[in-house]
This record gives sequence, C-alpha cells and structure tokens, in this order.
Amino acid sequence: MTQTSPPSPAPAPAPSPLAVALAATIRAFNTNKTSWIGLGVFLAVVVLAIMAPWIAPHDPLEQDVFSRLQGPSAEYPLGTDYFGRCILSRLLHGARYSLLIGVASTLAAMLIGSAIGILAGWYGGRFDVIVMQTMDVLLAFPALILGLIIVAMLGPTLVNIVIAIALTSIPAFARIARAPTISVKEREFVEACRALGYSDARIMFLHILPNIFAEILVMSSLWLASAIRTEASLAFIGLGLRPPIPTWGGMIREGFENILDSYWLALAPGVAILIVVFALNLLGDGLRDAVDPKLKGET
Amino acid sequence: MTAFVVKRLGFALVTLWAVLTLVFFIVRVLPGDPAQVILGDQATAGAIEAMRARLGLDRPLAVQYAEFLFGVLRGEWGVSLVTGRPVLVEVMSVLPWTIELTVAALVIGALIGIPLGVWAATNRNRLIDYVTRLASLLGLSFPAFVSGILLLIFFGIQLRWFPVISAQSGSLSAWFLSLALPALNLGLIMAAYITRVTRSAMLEVLQEDYVRTARAKGVPWRAVVWRHALRNALIPVITVVGLYLGVLIGNSVLTEIVFNRPGLGKLIVGALNQRDYTMLQGMMVIYTLVVIVVNLLTDLAYGAADPRVKLK
Repeated sequence: MTQTSPPSPAPAPAPSPLAVALAATIRAFNTNKTSWIGLGVFLAVVVLAIMAPWIAPHDPLEQDVFSRLQGPSAEYPLGTDYFGRCILSRLLHGARYSLLIGVASTLAAMLIGSAIGILAGWYGGRFDVIVMQTMDVLLAFPALILGLIIVAMLGPTLVNIVIAIALTSIPAFARIARAPTISVKEREFVEACRALGYSDARIMFLHILPNIFAEILVMSSLWLASAIRTEASLAFIGLGLRPPIPTWGGMIREGFENILDSYWLALAPGVAILIVVFALNLLGDGLRDAVDPKLKGET
Repeated sequence: MTAFVVKRLGFALVTLWAVLTLVFFIVRVLPGDPAQVILGDQATAGAIEAMRARLGLDRPLAVQYAEFLFGVLRGEWGVSLVTGRPVLVEVMSVLPWTIELTVAALVIGALIGIPLGVWAATNRNRLIDYVTRLASLLGLSFPAFVSGILLLIFFGIQLRWFPVISAQSGSLSAWFLSLALPALNLGLIMAAYITRVTRSAMLEVLQEDYVRTARAKGVPWRAVVWRHALRNALIPVITVVGLYLGVLIGNSVLTEIVFNRPGLGKLIVGALNQRDYTMLQGMMVIYTLVVIVVNLLTDLAYGAADPRVKLK
C-alpha cells in the first residue's frame, strides 16, 4: 500500500552541501519506519489534491437543490451538503487550499525563521539575547489568537492567511535553527573556513546551513501539520477563505451549524484533517527521534 | 535565588512593556481605520471624525500611547464599543469559566498523562510503548474543534448522556454535565502532550547514575521509578506544560465555541466579529498577562525545584 522500500543512500562524493543534507535525511528515514507510512499517506493526499479537478465526481460549487443533505449514494459517495453540493468533490478541492496555505506559510516561516535563528546563533552576544527573547515572547503568545487577530484585521484572503500562520511559526524555526548553529559554530571546519578568510555570509550559508538543514526539515513537517490545523481552526471560527470556496475548516463549520439534524456533514472533513495532520506528525516525529541524539542510546 | 527571582521579575516587566507596545501599534498601524471599520462603508466623513474622537484616535500618537500604558496599569482598559461596559468587567465576568475549564483539563491531562508516560518509558520498545506513542501522537493531531464535535456527536447526540447546548447553571449535576465534555475534550489533548513529555523525560532520567545507584543499593524498582525518577522527570514536564500554554489557550477557544460555553475564547471571537477594538486590545493585554505570569511561575518553579539553576 504505502510501503516503499528505502532507497540506498547514494555514495556521497566530495561533501557537497546538498548531498550532506540528503544523506542525513535518508538516514533519519530509515531509523524509524513509521516515517515512511506518514510520508506515503501525506504524498497520497497531495496527489489527490493535485488531481482534484480531474477525479472529483462533481463541480465543488454546483448546487443540486433536489438532492440536499443526502446520505452517501453512487452519485454522491459522501453525500451532499445543505446546498446539495457533492461533499467528496468539496473535500478533494478543499485539500488544495489546505495544502497550499499550509505549505506556503511553513516555507515562509522556515526561510525567515531559520535566517533569524542562524544569525542570532552566529553573532551571539546581546544581539542574540534580544532577538531570541523577542522570539520567546512571540512563541509563548497563543498562535491561534495571534492568527485570529491578524486575519480579522487584514481580511481573510489567501495571502493574509498565509502571512498570519507564517508569523506564528517563525519563532519556532528561529529556535530550531539557533541551537545547532551554536554547536556547529565551534567545530573545526568552521574555524578552518574563518582561517581561509571566508565571509560570515558564505560560512553561514554554505557551511552551517547544510549541517543544520536536516533538523530544520524534520521540524518543518511538524509545523506543516500545525499550520494545516491552524488554517482549519481559523476557517472553523469563520476567518478562513470566504464561501463558497471549499475549505475543510469551513465545511466543518457548515456541518456544525446543522449538527442536530445532519451531524455527518462535519465528519468527513474532520477525518480528512485528522488524517493529514496525523500523517505529518508520524513523519516528523519519526524523523525527530532519529535526528535527536539525546533519545538514542538504547538500553 | 533572590537574584534569580529579581532578574526573572525584571525580565517579565520588560516583556510586558514590549508586548503592550506591540499591541498598541498592531491596533493602530494595521491597515483599516477602526472608526471606518466600526461604522461601515456608508459612514459620512463627519460620523467617522466623531467616532475617531470618541475612540481618542484624533490625539497625537504619543499621548494615546502614554494614556494606554497608564490606563493598563491603573486597570482602566477602556469601554467595550458594543456593550458599553468596561472591558475589565467583561473580561472578569467570563474569566472564572475559562479558569475552571483549564484547571479541569490540566487535572485530567496530568492524571492520564503522567502514569501513561511513566508506564510507556519503563516498557520502552515493547508493545505498550508503541501503542502509547501512537495514541498520544494521534491525540495531539486532533484539532480541538474536531475532537470536540466528535465528543458532542457521540455523547451528546447519539448516547444523549450530556446536553448538546451546554452552560446551564443551578444544580451541581447541571454544572458537572456542562463542564464534563469540554473538560474531557481539552484534557485528552493535554494528556497526549503530557504523556509524551513524561515518557521522554523519564527515559532520560532512568539512564542517570543515581537511578543505577538506587537500584544497586536495593531500592525496589517500583520505588526507584515513582519516587526517585519521576520526581526528577517532573521538572521538564512542568516546563513543557508551561510552553504548551499557547496551544492550551488556542484549544480552549475552540472548545468554548464547540460547546457554546462562556469564556475568554467566546469573548474574543465575539469582539473580532463585531470589530470591538477596545475589547480586542483588552483581550490581548489579558492574554499577555496570563502568558507572562505563567512563564514566570514556570521559571521560578524550575529554579526552586532544581538548585543547579542559578542566574545566568
């Protein structure tokens, strides 16, 4: 089903930065097999989302007033909603928005947050203290509340939702990137780079980044899970993309409004979110165990 | 220790000031004139001017800023634009509901999470460990509103054990029935976090020398685990629970919406929908206070529990 045989690590030539990162990632995958299951399920959802326009049985916006609130049937495999729209089609199209918003906001947070973390770890001193304390305060502030306020003020458009979610996870990436930067900074090869007269920027980008890339990548799958959950939560509260655009959180909101008569409306999108988030958590959690040396050392 | 406390306290105050400043500027700098937003697109220029004057937005920024800071300190957080009641009164009237829910959830989370985490750690890589890890990972994958709706469907609609529309008052049993499902929802998610943290903290502690020493001198395994090891493992657990405060608050907002329960979460969502800017500002202040106080307490608890933590 989703079992994939782990590819054998390619023989690394001269340690090109990319090869180092790739090898570390593949090693991490092989240490914990549940990561492969998580990756398989997640990729399956990505493929379904990409294929949505071709495989969805109906137009997600098409209303069929004669078949409102129907149970599953051959024509509507997951039934229809209050407006007679096909739930399966809305689910498939909704996956595109969930994934798009999740991936875009996580990528943005990863780039900005890692840059902040590497700079803070590299330069240290007062700069480091001020930057990281700011990040800690932001990290402690409830992400959902911050997201709610930003989206409410800027308006619920795709770009604004991405900005809001990215802002809430930048501090996490800054933290993740900072710690390994500090330990890598002390290693001999960095000293060698300095002795060779390389610029700070060159050392940080070409020599430190590849060494901490695996850790950042691992955490990004966990934060992607969190981003997808936050997007759905915002939509559930009413601050998602505006209807009739199908989003999972929005579908749950519509189902929840009719929970006494037709509670199954909220079930399908709820299970969909759970599957994606759980798959990403499986992926990230397995990888983290492999990367985090603290938890190794079997007894 | 005194120096440590003073230092943390000073830092908490600086953080409070920084966040208050941030809150002040977020409300004012973000696009959209509050007066315009409150009155809508059809408002005349005169009406907007009047509203700006009422909100105090026509005065110089520095004056507004000073008034805001001193107002917060004096407990004058402004008046809700919707209800006309003081923000602080509104917040205080729902705060007990949120505190009740959060404390109940923490108790449920600790009662389930700590024993489960210890059990998993002492059975590392056996079946029970895998099952616990998967179950806790699944638990923290749930968006709080999805788990809440599932609980509501199952216990409220299918079994009819609990009222679907909660928050009745009066008798003790009504109170219990209205608290049980929301607390269970929040508590189970909390339990998932606590299980994982307890497990990994225990794994680390069980490798320590003093655990080996205790075993070597003949302390029964059960006592080693529950008395010696767990006591040390709880320190990181407390810290991490403090770190999850943000998640807990976000989840409580969603839980309050699903179970239609009064509380800070419902208050802030209402304020957002009605564009009640003074209310929003007040809510952000209260959340900031909660976050800073809990962080401070966590730091101090950490310092008190572990004498090695000195001021750095």
